[in-house]
Amino acid sequence: MADMYGKGLLKGLGVTIKHFMDTYLEDIRWLSRGKHRYYTAEGIDSRKSFDTSGIFTVQYPEERLPVPEEFRFIPFLIYEVNEDGETQDRCTSCGICAKVCPPQCIWIERTSDPDTGRPVPEPEEFYIDIDICMNCGLCAEFCPFDAIKMDHDYEISVYNRLEKNIFNKERLSRPVSYYASIRPTNYAREEAARAEAEAAKAAKKAAREKRSKSGK
Amino acid sequence: MTEEVNIPGYDIPPEMEGQVTITALDKIYNWSRRNSIWPMMFGLACCGIEMICAATSRYDFSRFGMEVMRPSPRQSDLMIVSGTVTKKMIPQIVRLYNQMPEPKYVLAMGACASGGGPFKEGYSVVDGVDKFIPVDVYVPGCPPTPQALIHGLITLQKKIDKQSIKNVRWYSKDPVEPIPIPLLGPDLMDPRDYALIKQYGTEKLAEDQQVPAAEEA
Amino acid sequence: MSEEVLVEEKTELEERFPEISRDDRKGYEGFIVPTEKLVEFASVLRDEFGYDFLSSVTGVDYLPEDRMEVVYHAYQTTGGPGLFYKVQVDRDDPVVPSLTPVFPGANLQEREAWDLMGIRFEDHPNLKRVLLWEGFEGHPLRKDWREPFYEGDGKPFKSRWPGGEVIRAEDSNPFNKNVDYPGGFDPEQWTPANETAVYAGVGRLDHAVSETALSNDQIIVNLGPQHPSTHGVFRMVVRLEGETVVALEPVMGYLHRNHEKIGERNTYLMNIPFTDRLDYFNSMSNNFGYVLAVEKLMGVKPPERAEYIRVMMAELTRIVNHLTAIGFLLNDLGAFFTPLLYAFKERELILDIFEAVSGSRMMCNYYRFAGVARDLPEGVFEQVKNLVLHRLSGQVDDLDTFLTDNEIVRARTMGIGVLTAEEAIAHSAVGPVLRASGVPYDVRRADPYGIYDRFEFDVAVRYHGDIYDRYLIRLDEIRQSIRILEQVIQDIPDGPIQEGKPQYQVRVPAGEAYGRVEGPKGELGFYVVSNGKPNPWRYHVRAPSFINLSALDVMCKNYKIADVVSILGSIDIVLGETDR
Repeated sequence: MADMYGKGLLKGLGVTIKHFMDTYLEDIRWLSRGKHRYYTAEGIDSRKSFDTSGIFTVQYPEERLPVPEEFRFIPFLIYEVNEDGETQDRCTSCGICAKVCPPQCIWIERTSDPDTGRPVPEPEEFYIDIDICMNCGLCAEFCPFDAIKMDHDYEISVYNRLEKNIFNKERLSRPVSYYASIRPTNYAREEAARAEAEAAKAAKKAAREKRSKSGK
Repeated sequence: MTEEVNIPGYDIPPEMEGQVTITALDKIYNWSRRNSIWPMMFGLACCGIEMICAATSRYDFSRFGMEVMRPSPRQSDLMIVSGTVTKKMIPQIVRLYNQMPEPKYVLAMGACASGGGPFKEGYSVVDGVDKFIPVDVYVPGCPPTPQALIHGLITLQKKIDKQSIKNVRWYSKDPVEPIPIPLLGPDLMDPRDYALIKQYGTEKLAEDQQVPAAEEA
Repeated sequence: MSEEVLVEEKTELEERFPEISRDDRKGYEGFIVPTEKLVEFASVLRDEFGYDFLSSVTGVDYLPEDRMEVVYHAYQTTGGPGLFYKVQVDRDDPVVPSLTPVFPGANLQEREAWDLMGIRFEDHPNLKRVLLWEGFEGHPLRKDWREPFYEGDGKPFKSRWPGGEVIRAEDSNPFNKNVDYPGGFDPEQWTPANETAVYAGVGRLDHAVSETALSNDQIIVNLGPQHPSTHGVFRMVVRLEGETVVALEPVMGYLHRNHEKIGERNTYLMNIPFTDRLDYFNSMSNNFGYVLAVEKLMGVKPPERAEYIRVMMAELTRIVNHLTAIGFLLNDLGAFFTPLLYAFKERELILDIFEAVSGSRMMCNYYRFAGVARDLPEGVFEQVKNLVLHRLSGQVDDLDTFLTDNEIVRARTMGIGVLTAEEAIAHSAVGPVLRASGVPYDVRRADPYGIYDRFEFDVAVRYHGDIYDRYLIRLDEIRQSIRILEQVIQDIPDGPIQEGKPQYQVRVPAGEAYGRVEGPKGELGFYVVSNGKPNPWRYHVRAPSFINLSALDVMCKNYKIADVVSILGSIDIVLGETDR
């Protein structure tokens, strides 16, 4: 080849050297500002930003890459805790999540009242086979009661899947405060929407009562 | 902390208690073992890409002594089954597993490798690689993020920490038999199931013949 | 091309072939061609009407009407809407003449139709199973075929709610595995269909002359399915003369995950996350193609903002794909991991955006019918803006300096794996492979979808058709994508992101639709047939990586075995899509 002088090779090596030097330059820059590049939230943020240069590695498990609010892994069920410490599932076992689940990995057993035999809006049992779950988040998206949401916890490796990987209701349940802590914006939005809906309902009821009174 | 380290994680026979050598040896042995797990370079599906991500600069599992990904089973210690295992692929996977030298570990990465995942209902998917080869660690997720995979690898390291030279498979006197390689017939056939398959076939045939007879009657 | 021309053309065709008839079922279009006229019809269409590009061939099993149908989607490489034609055959013995003499690109697709639907193509040079193995019982995409874990024809299954008693499907199978056998089957009597069929494709070696066996220089080499260069579980059987490739046959199906069979059981919405797992580098553009097809059937359109977000995500995913494709190509050339590391660094930054928007790095599941799943969360737009305006083009230039002039890269790639424009079109090659051969065919321009007609961008084209051009064209396309993204960032309006209320059970009128997008790997098509039920009757994916492979043999012939690896790398296949 006529043009084979090694110029292109050298140019390419220049790029790798630049990458190599950048790691030191970046460290020196941080040092001179008196800041810590490693093991600090600020440092991890800078490695995530668009102008990152230098070492790109996040030292898991000592450092953890923060997951965004929308991040989804395995679903979980939310229960409310009232002032007396009693817990109440948000889930009403309406079955929409089981119907919308693409790989059909959700099983719900509806509770019935032992006296009347009628369904009670609370699941008796709730199973998710996480060896089938595809983490798509459709259950959380279409739940009308905000009762099932996607978890952020991805550190769930196990030695024995047959015992551990079908999650039951107990394993799936988390308090609403946990949800508020991992998805603050979504939580605030849903609470606002709920408050609004309740206010509208109350107003409607009041109006109806008023009308019925005046009707009499 | 010190106590935790001293518990080897298995039952010590009474006559062995107080004999420090084996535990000390175990510790050295496990320490060197856990810090040089060479995975096989072997991606099956979507999870394979996350496995590569775990090897690249952001997650970089060479920090755990795992950077040497070997394409050859003869040189690798860990098989990361990263993705959906199909019936057409399982004979090769079993063969690769048989070719790996002891000590060897298997990590099932993702829902598909663990239990079939979203494709479990399909006709050509194996519902869990553990139906054929022994799996040490299961990492759930679809796909597990690279950090989740590294968590799985750390879980594997913890398992290795608890092993002892005394009772590991590869130092036992009985030879370790290779796993029979499944065959592709009208469906996937495990040589260990042949008798059962034959019985099933006969019964099904009898049933099939009965049904039209009943219909005719 | 205007509608009028199309109408004129159709009348002309009908005059020319009085035997054909319009497909007048409600919601259907195109022509129904009698089997004996098919080959003639296709060649006239190609030679005289300019429909030289056969996009997709697939079968449909109309069980209630007791017939099989083979659907052909033809396009012009100069652009414009397509022309569809079909043949109808008896379901018990479906035989259709093969179109491979006219369009070699039909080869693999016809094999797939034989494999999965049992439609026999007469005069096909190599008709054998492609995704499953020889000896497999039955043709699984037939509607009356049931798998071992069969639970019902359509989801949702009744057993999940309200009395959902959890069970692992294998627990109710006698073998505790996902298997089933025909009645009377005896495994000991079974002669395994050995690899004869596979090797027949490359021609058998004659070992009969054992005395002089050494004088026979030709050998057969298997690459894969476990091989670091095959980008997954792909296998090539190569017949070599010395080091030169004489014949090559791709063998696939090692990742056949029954996408279409599962897709026909799913509801329309459920299929979106499954499409993520087709080409797992580009879940966004897979979503795009699928929702386009279903939106065509439903007759809905997303609001403005959603259109812009869709384009934004599709172009970001194109950048991701091309970066990794270049990285892996260089890996295949022996530049082990350094270029890939640089490429993956940028990929991670873009995946951060996908993760923030959709919740998952790779399996985005973000597009919805008539909209997208959610609006951009706070701060993400700035992230995209910074990345596009201040980082990506610089990094692409870096990559350019790093690799383009490198003498080793040039020596290994220039003039290797040449595919001429005629061959590329005949083999239905798409995407960068087609455009690097000098055919400026890009669905975004040729048959615009979404709002692509609003953006200013050039269709990248290169003319040598070798590996080097296929590498360069990816750099060009990244630059064009950045150009589109700049316009998106400038013009994106505020407003709703979903037309109407999000629904989990959409009503899809009966009919057929073929939605196609220019995915990063090429034209990605979804053929959906609805019969008005919640589940699609037929759901077929026209996978670019799969059909591009039909040209692999042509590209590799007469080059060295070492080049095969890099030629495969330059096509940029992904096995999730190849095998589905």
